[in-house]
Amino acid sequence: MKKKSVIDSSNSPKVDQVGIVERAARFTKRSIKKEAKMQGLKMVLNMIDLTTLEGMDTEGKVKQMCYKAEHLHDELPGLPTVAAVCVYPNYVGLAKKYLGTSGIKVASVATAFPSGNSSRAIKLRDVKMAVDQGADEIDMVISRGKFHQGEYQFVFDEIAAVKEACKNARLKVILETGELGTFDKVRHASDIAILAGADFIKTSTGKIKPAATMPVTLVMLEAIRDHYYQTGNMVGMKPAGGISTSKLALHYLIMVKETLGEEWLSNEWFRFGASSLANDVLMQIVKQETGIYQSSDYFSID
Amino acid sequence: MPCLNLKDMTRIKVLKTYKIYIGGKFPRTESGRYYVPKVNRKGIANVCLSSRKDVRNATQAARKAQEPWADRSAFNRGQILYRIAEMMEGRFDQFVSELIIQGIEKKKAEKEVAQSIDRWIYYAGWCDKFQQIYSSVNPVASSHFNFSVLEPSGVHFIVVDNTSPLISIVSTLAPVIAAGNTAILLAPKKSPLSAITLAEILHTSDVPGGVVNILTGDKDELADHFSTHLDINGVIYSGNKKKYITQLRKNATSNLKRMRFYDEDWAKKDAQGPHYIKNVCEVKTTWHPIEVIGASGSAY
Repeated sequence: MKKKSVIDSSNSPKVDQVGIVERAARFTKRSIKKEAKMQGLKMVLNMIDLTTLEGMDTEGKVKQMCYKAEHLHDELPGLPTVAAVCVYPNYVGLAKKYLGTSGIKVASVATAFPSGNSSRAIKLRDVKMAVDQGADEIDMVISRGKFHQGEYQFVFDEIAAVKEACKNARLKVILETGELGTFDKVRHASDIAILAGADFIKTSTGKIKPAATMPVTLVMLEAIRDHYYQTGNMVGMKPAGGISTSKLALHYLIMVKETLGEEWLSNEWFRFGASSLANDVLMQIVKQETGIYQSSDYFSID
Repeated sequence: MPCLNLKDMTRIKVLKTYKIYIGGKFPRTESGRYYVPKVNRKGIANVCLSSRKDVRNATQAARKAQEPWADRSAFNRGQILYRIAEMMEGRFDQFVSELIIQGIEKKKAEKEVAQSIDRWIYYAGWCDKFQQIYSSVNPVASSHFNFSVLEPSGVHFIVVDNTSPLISIVSTLAPVIAAGNTAILLAPKKSPLSAITLAEILHTSDVPGGVVNILTGDKDELADHFSTHLDINGVIYSGNKKKYITQLRKNATSNLKRMRFYDEDWAKKDAQGPHYIKNVCEVKTTWHPIEVIGASGSAY
């Protein structure tokens, strides 16, 4: 049975750390200019999960972000919208209302985000609350404490239970790689999440550093690739936290394309979790069009 | 095997690469290009030929540093400017010998360095005093307490195109940062050494990274890039090339940059003053409602 095998970490392949770091660094050497860059930038925009996950979030802030998701920069016609907005569960209904029929998805973090330290019953209610209000996607956190204690079965079962509670909503599983420690553990956690039914695996909550890095994302992409070769099933990837420049975002796209292939280059299978990336991409796009370096003074606040 | 005689070997002099200064770091130009300025047909150093991307990077660094710099107390900015002067004094001889390398005779060089140090001291003193001179309480005919204060305009790009490289740089740069602005300075192409040595001084004298960024290169190549850049709030040009001034003026219209053109002999004693600080500031006027205008009596 598959479920049994993944619980044992020795069944996850070991990661060659030096190799991963070098390979990830190679992706940053590609030069993308002109039309290809424009296409890439627009693709990045369309893959963003515009995120606000602060204790000080207000209804006004959520409303403003939803407006921004739809109207990234009205001065420039023909821009795509972002893929989704990502909020706390209590704002799902509000976001749903403001986004209306725009086609932009509402993602909600759940399961006692960001620490994940609570009982399973409470976590499942957290998920149910978001789903009932109409969340299209749920971003859950794994129990890192249990993972470090070696209780992999617990982690697996929890993800499976949340997946069930998600009903039709797609499930993104946050590994919080910054707290896992080694690439081997990241790989193992990725395998557990994928086999437990994750639709997406996601690097980080954005609350601790380091958040998403290229090497750690590459480890996760390889887990997705191996799973695809074994079963033919696609799993999505979402790096989150710390990706704030368009240049870096383009590097990620290159990495996805060269590791998984073009099928993954759409917001159905790849997302960026970010709050300030959108403005940087917009400024780059306007720079490409006008040839003039831009200032954040002329773009909406993120 | 032939024996190597060390005594016969003449030492090969090391030609210093003068690197640019961006955000508190000394990178080489992103473009990898360099040039060798010549004095009497002899190359004096390897100098970075900065590209538009260096301008962009420097602007980003300057923008990031501007608010924290302006938020410091004026007194503290004065202390830091004074510290620059102290550090320069310690490297007096190096500045003199570099000016000599750049083709200035010794006596003149010594005078220029001394004057440059004094100018830092001069503007250090003004940091917490210019506000009092230019701010005002304004008489108005309604029930308002109306007052005007100076605020830094933001990020300034300074192009120095003079033959006395050190005093020109200090005279244009000091008032900009005294006011709480941040600066990107493009050194004179023919004599860029003093600017980079000044960067080394700034780096070791409590000036936060990004407050001053120093580039070397070709002002004509970079003109269109910095003067159209929407994140630059002001441009200062010290020089007298009419065509260049017209080009800058035209480009600056996009975001209404503050333009200052100085064609002064900076070595003159009176080529300094608080109005140079005012020139890189905006006036903010506040209308504060009050109950009875007469209550404040003759204060108005």
